[in-house]
Amino acid sequence: MTPIHIDNLDVSYGETQITHGVTIDVEEGGSFALVGESGSGKSTVLKAIAGLAPEWRGTIEIFGKPRSHGIDAGFARTCQMVFQDPYGSLHPRKTVDATLMEPLNIQGLSDHNERIAAILKDVGLDNRFRFRYPHQLSGGQRQRVAIARALIVEPKVLLLDEPTSALDVSVQAEILNLLKRLRRERGLTYLMVTHNLPIVSFLCDRLAVMRGGRIVETADAENLKKGHLQNEYSRELLRLSAPPAV
Amino acid sequence: MAFTDMRNWLLDESPASRRQARWGRIFRISLAFRGNALAMVGLVIVLALIAMAAFAPWIATHDPIAQDTYARLRPPSAANWMGTDELGRDIWSRVVFGARITLAIVILVAVLAAPAGLLIGAAAGYLGGWVDRVLMGITDIFLSMPKLILALALVAALGPGIENAILAIAITSWPSYARIARAETLTFKNADFIAASRLQGASSLRIVVGHILPLCTSSMIVRVTLDMAGIILTAAGLGFIGLGAQPPLPEWGAMIARGRTFILDQWWVATMPGFAIITVSLGFCFLGDGLRDVLDPKSGEKH
Amino acid sequence: MSAPLLAVEGLKVTFPSPSGPVDVVKGISFELGRERLGIVGESGSGKSMTGRSILGLVRAPGKVSATRLEFDGIDLLKQGEKAMRKIRGARISMVMQDPKFSLNPVMTVGEQIAEALVAHKRLPRREIAARVRAMLEAVRINDPDRVAGLYPHEISGGMGQRVMIAMMLIPEPDILIADEPTSALDVSVQAQVLDIIDDLVRNKGMGLILISHDLNLVAHYCDRVLVMNSGRVVEDCAASELKNAQHPYTRGLLAAQPRLDETRDELPVIDRTIWSAA
Repeated sequence: MTPIHIDNLDVSYGETQITHGVTIDVEEGGSFALVGESGSGKSTVLKAIAGLAPEWRGTIEIFGKPRSHGIDAGFARTCQMVFQDPYGSLHPRKTVDATLMEPLNIQGLSDHNERIAAILKDVGLDNRFRFRYPHQLSGGQRQRVAIARALIVEPKVLLLDEPTSALDVSVQAEILNLLKRLRRERGLTYLMVTHNLPIVSFLCDRLAVMRGGRIVETADAENLKKGHLQNEYSRELLRLSAPPAV
Repeated sequence: MAFTDMRNWLLDESPASRRQARWGRIFRISLAFRGNALAMVGLVIVLALIAMAAFAPWIATHDPIAQDTYARLRPPSAANWMGTDELGRDIWSRVVFGARITLAIVILVAVLAAPAGLLIGAAAGYLGGWVDRVLMGITDIFLSMPKLILALALVAALGPGIENAILAIAITSWPSYARIARAETLTFKNADFIAASRLQGASSLRIVVGHILPLCTSSMIVRVTLDMAGIILTAAGLGFIGLGAQPPLPEWGAMIARGRTFILDQWWVATMPGFAIITVSLGFCFLGDGLRDVLDPKSGEKH
Repeated sequence: MSAPLLAVEGLKVTFPSPSGPVDVVKGISFELGRERLGIVGESGSGKSMTGRSILGLVRAPGKVSATRLEFDGIDLLKQGEKAMRKIRGARISMVMQDPKFSLNPVMTVGEQIAEALVAHKRLPRREIAARVRAMLEAVRINDPDRVAGLYPHEISGGMGQRVMIAMMLIPEPDILIADEPTSALDVSVQAQVLDIIDDLVRNKGMGLILISHDLNLVAHYCDRVLVMNSGRVVEDCAASELKNAQHPYTRGLLAAQPRLDETRDELPVIDRTIWSAA
């Protein structure tokens, strides 16, 4: 059963239709990238899956289960999301501990202390950080907390919305390594939105290039590495992100 | 030694427990607050008001309602620090006991109006749609009427008296809190951390109570503190025109009203309670300004 | 090369903090001729403060000091606010990160560019209009007459940044400081905007200071690169020599970036303990 099956998805905000007939399949344990520039509709697809953009037509299935248009607590156990801006995605008045406690309370999970300690260790934060407030953490540490919050309910699918674009290069490398390791250890399925092709090359095995709300090309990451993209626009993106000889 | 230990425990960058984290935050806020001289003045005035109200019988030199027609309209002296009024009552003692009434008004209005406004505003802002339109429509109706006139009408309808004055003031002051809470809620509503808890399956109630209200409360505390001056003045105004506290209660506004008749020859009768009103209003303003500096989420999240 | 346009020696920017003053920039020195200089660093490296301190834009309570901060024979530290205003814009301009916050929302694009010009020079009206038009063409806006009549909210981010560049370059300054001029823009627009800056800087023989977190970008568009880390310059080399960088931090930064043809299973992470102790 495919973790993410999206067929002919049209998402709208009020009168404006953002995406047109988006079709994606992500296999179990896979890591799929939606690539495009701002306004291409790539984040909108993610929001529709998450239930944050309820106006859509088409099919969204997570492990064969049709997705409802809202958010329900059961879905939360299967699919979680990590946001772009680590400064906006943590409640400024809650400690790391309180932030991680909430999903456990909502889902009615027991062993709070053990689970929080374990997940913090897993994302590479030691116990000193557990009772800090977000303003006492660096950007990379906040993003680790955000990842811990997403993973503490043990979902199978993780939606990643430009998870490193707000971070410094050296911190980005740490977070990318972390995401790669967690996917391997926990058998997670990733759907990541990004504009950065080298990141796709590092973390993903398939990608879809979006423009103006449509997918213009779906390809294997191998083809990206070799520079074998077919669509003209994809090739343009590829040319722009090829670093000049350094 | 124990003191430095305590301080280090509070300022520890890596607290070891929930309790330590919470106390550390409170301590940091109080450190920032202590650096603000005007705010400390405000705090001292407000604490003095509370002390006066609590220990009124010991601080007052006379019985506040005991009349002494032989000692009418005496100027301030060693026996009567603030002089006496037209019925020979000691003004100092009346001002001291008046602190109780003022404090009661302020606390009751804060307890009634602020939470109501907060909840209505946060619900309207978060839920949006028709809930927002209905709640804000009601709020706008209340806001469109001048506060004092509305309070007057309410007191006139309910009957004069201190309880009804408090009720009237509370009813007229919640709408502005609702407005603020709604505006704050709208700025946080689309934040990623709200989206994140929605994704975890949190209900609307949990989000409003657990995430949005804590963010609104600090600006609400500031706002209420700053409004205290206005509330005291409204209560005094109602007292002044005879719709607030009834004689012989030593309410400051009513005292000024009675002193008005003698303002030219016996200035102290009206001036002394007026002084009290000004001092306490200023105290709340200073305190509010200081609180805003340390609590306002918009001025950074340093604490 | 003749005498440098800008000479900086021992530049320090200090901010007070509860635990005593903190140096954000810790005594850096460099010279700028009519060339393109890149300053690279991560957040908190002091790269933006360096750019701001040249223009006297470091806000109180920050303090700027230097043994030498000289532009074309003028000691910038000795100039008063009024004299600095004459230099700012007219002789040294700055392009900031986000055009959305730098453009006045209630003035048309044309008016704003014209204002940037007349603030420093008195010119007849017809001449102004012609210059604005020419400048918009220079930043590759196809229909300058239409765009000049638009308000900032009616134009895209890339167009906004081009308008900003037009505003900054119309008084024909000697130095342009561009602080992350494209990090709010899409890749395709990024290249356009940088190409425009590059063209204009070369044609007019200006000095350029390009401040960015992006090593590749700086290496591509600059002649010389300074790499900054926590307030110090750790590497000063020709852009073409960057791949032979000596300092472990620079090497770490280069290695930490994923590549298009990525084969590594794990990205090397900068080990800050190696040199930060020194």
